[in-house]
Amino acid sequence: MKSNKIIIESGRIESAYWKDIWKYRELFYFLAWRDVLVRYKQTTIGIIWTLIRPLLTMLVFVFIFGKLAKLPSDDIPYPLLVLSGMLPWLFFANAFSEAGNSLVNNRNIISKIYFPRLIVPLSSVIVSLVEFIISSVILIGIMIYYQSIPSFHILALPIFILMLFAAAIGSGLWVAALNVKYRDFSYVVPFVIQFGLYISPVAFTATLVPEKWKFLYALNPMVGVINGFRWSLLPTSMPLDLFSIAVSLIVIIFLLITGIYHFRSVEKSFADII
Amino acid sequence: MTNTAISIENLHKKYLLKHASNKGYGSLRDEISNVAQNILDKIRHPLASKQNFINIEEFWALNGIDLEIKEGEKLGIIGKNGAGKSTLLKIISRIAEPTKGRISITGRVSSLLEVGTGFHPELSGRENIFLNGAILGMSKKEIRQRFDEIVDFAEVEKFLDTPVKHYSSGMYVRLAFAVASSLDPEILIIDEVLAVGDAKFQKKCLSKMGEASKSGKTILFVSHSMSTIASLCDRAVLLSNGKVVADCAPSEAIMQYYGNGGMSPGLVDYQSKGPGDELVRLISAKVHAMNDDGSLTNDFFVNQDLVVEMTFEILKNSETKFVPNFNFHTSDGVCAFFVHDTQKRDYKQGVYVSKCHIPANLLNATTYFIGVAVSSYYPSVRAHFHDQNSLSFNVSDPMDSVPTRPETNIAIPGAIRPNLQWSTQRIGE
Repeated sequence: MKSNKIIIESGRIESAYWKDIWKYRELFYFLAWRDVLVRYKQTTIGIIWTLIRPLLTMLVFVFIFGKLAKLPSDDIPYPLLVLSGMLPWLFFANAFSEAGNSLVNNRNIISKIYFPRLIVPLSSVIVSLVEFIISSVILIGIMIYYQSIPSFHILALPIFILMLFAAAIGSGLWVAALNVKYRDFSYVVPFVIQFGLYISPVAFTATLVPEKWKFLYALNPMVGVINGFRWSLLPTSMPLDLFSIAVSLIVIIFLLITGIYHFRSVEKSFADII
Repeated sequence: MTNTAISIENLHKKYLLKHASNKGYGSLRDEISNVAQNILDKIRHPLASKQNFINIEEFWALNGIDLEIKEGEKLGIIGKNGAGKSTLLKIISRIAEPTKGRISITGRVSSLLEVGTGFHPELSGRENIFLNGAILGMSKKEIRQRFDEIVDFAEVEKFLDTPVKHYSSGMYVRLAFAVASSLDPEILIIDEVLAVGDAKFQKKCLSKMGEASKSGKTILFVSHSMSTIASLCDRAVLLSNGKVVADCAPSEAIMQYYGNGGMSPGLVDYQSKGPGDELVRLISAKVHAMNDDGSLTNDFFVNQDLVVEMTFEILKNSETKFVPNFNFHTSDGVCAFFVHDTQKRDYKQGVYVSKCHIPANLLNATTYFIGVAVSSYYPSVRAHFHDQNSLSFNVSDPMDSVPTRPETNIAIPGAIRPNLQWSTQRIGE
C-alpha cells in the first residue's frame, strides 16, 4: 500500500494543502469542541454568562445613547436597534481576539505536531459562533416583546452572516500570524476591539454619519455588516444602504484573501519562532 | 522488503541568531528601530554595504544530512545536546521547514515528540483521550475502537471523568503514553518519550516499543538512553554539529559517541572558578582506576577497582561539620547510589582531597554520572556545593568476570550488579 508519498523541501508550496485541511477536519472539530468545553468549565452559571454580557451592555447603551443622548432610532425600539448591532459586533470582537491569540495559545501543539495551521484560527472562531447563536436568543426574546416581526428581508440575513464570518476570519488570520512573530499584537487586539465598538454603528444607526464621510466610514467592514443585519431583522422603513455594504464587502474580501495568503506564506516558520 | 521508507538528501536547517532577529520573535519596535537605524546609516554612509550594521549570527542546526532509511528499519539517533537530533525529527515530522535539501517519505507518519501534546488540564481523562488522539492524527472511530485498551494500559479507569489537572504526574504521563502507543502508523518518530513515569511503567513502555518494533514498523528513535537505543534499534546514526559522523550498528555508534568527547569526561578541573559558597569551594574531581598508569580515560571494566576523588578548599575555619559525598546516576536518570565520608573529621582552612574507593564488581556495564558535593549537617543541613553530572564514565563488561555467565551481549538489568556471597547446597533428593 504505497498510497502516500510526501516530499519535504524548502519553500515547497503544498499542492495538497486544502485536501490536507479536509483530512484533518476531525482535529478541527476536536479543537473547537475543546475550546467550547473549556470555556465554561468550573463556572457555576456557565452558559448564562454568554447572555449576561450582551444584555448588560445593551441596557447601558440604551440608557446612555437612547435615554440620555436621545439619538434618533428611525422609529425602532432602541433596545432592538442596539441588540441587532451588538450581536454581530460581539461575534466579531470575540472571534477576532480568539483567532488572534489562537496560534500562540496552541503553541505547544504547533511546535510538536504537523497539521495545516489554518485549522487553529478557524476552529477558534467556532466558540464565538456558539456564543453568537446562544445570545441571539435575547434578540428573539426582545423581538417578541416588542412584537416586531421581521419582513421577507430576513431571507438576506445568511448573506450578512457570511460577511460577518469572513470579516472575523480575514482579520483574525492577519493578527494570528503577526502575533506569532510580534507579540505586540496581543496588545493591539483589545485596543482595536474597544475602539471598534465606538466607531462601528453599534449603539446608533449609521445614518447619523454625514454623507461626505460615508465612504470612509464604510471602510470599517462592520459598518456594512451591521447595516445589513438591521435591514434584514428590523421593521425599518429605510432602504438597504447598498453603497456602504458594497464598500465593506470589498474590504472584507480583501482582508480575507490577503489574510489567507499571508498566513500561508509565513505558516511554515511558525514552529521555529513561536 | 527493502523499499526505502525515508530518504533524506543534503538536508540543511539554518537558524538566525541576532539581537533583533528576523526569525525568532522580537517586538515590532525592534524591527521598526532597526529599519530606522538602517535608513539613518544609509544617509550617513550611502556607500557602505548592508552587512555592516546587521549583526546576524547564522547557526546551522543541520549541515548536510544524507540518510536512507529502509522500510522496517529501527534507526536510533544519538548525539550530544545541540547536535541537531530534535531538529532533524522536527523536519521529518513536517513541523519545521528545511532551509535546503529534500526528504521523501513513503507511508503514514506519526511523530511523538513529547507525550501528552495538547492535553488540556481542565478536561477530563476521557475528553483528553479523544482530544490527544485527534491531535496525533487518529480518527474518532479509531479512538473509540481503542478506548478500552488505552484506559487499561494507563490504569486510570477510576479517574476517567476527573479533570487531568487533579491527576498525579504519574497518572498523567501514563495516560498520555497510552494514547500515543495506540497509534498504528507505518513510520513512527519518537523523541525521548520513554524518560517518563516510574520504573514499572517504563518497563511497560519499553515492552510496548519492542512489540511495535517487531511488527515491522519503521522507527526513528532519538534518545540519550544508550541502553534503550542498543536494545531497540538495529542501526544507529551519530550526529555532531548537524552532520552524520557515524552510521553503523548501535554498539559501534555508542562507542564513538563516548569516545568523541560527547560527554563530560572523567576529570573536571575548575581551578579557582569552581562552585561553592563562602565556606567551601570545589577545585577538581576525577575518576580513575585504582592501579592506573596516569592515563586519562573514562572507560573502565566491571572488574576494575575505581577511585573517585574530589579536591576542595575550606575557605575559613568554622564550626561546620563538612561531609564530602558523591551520588551516582545512570544514563536513564536513575540514582544508583549515594555515598559519603563516614568519618568525623575536623576541617581547618586548607585544601583537601577526599577519595572514595569503588570496589570491582559493584557497578553494572553502563554509563554513570557522578554528582560531586560537600554538605554539612551542623549547625544546619545544607549543601555547600553540588556539581551535578560533574563526571561521567563508562563501564563495560570484559565478558570474563563471571564463569557462570554465558558470553553473550545480553545486558544485565539494574543500576548496579554487585558480586555477592552465594551458597547453594543440595538439601534433598
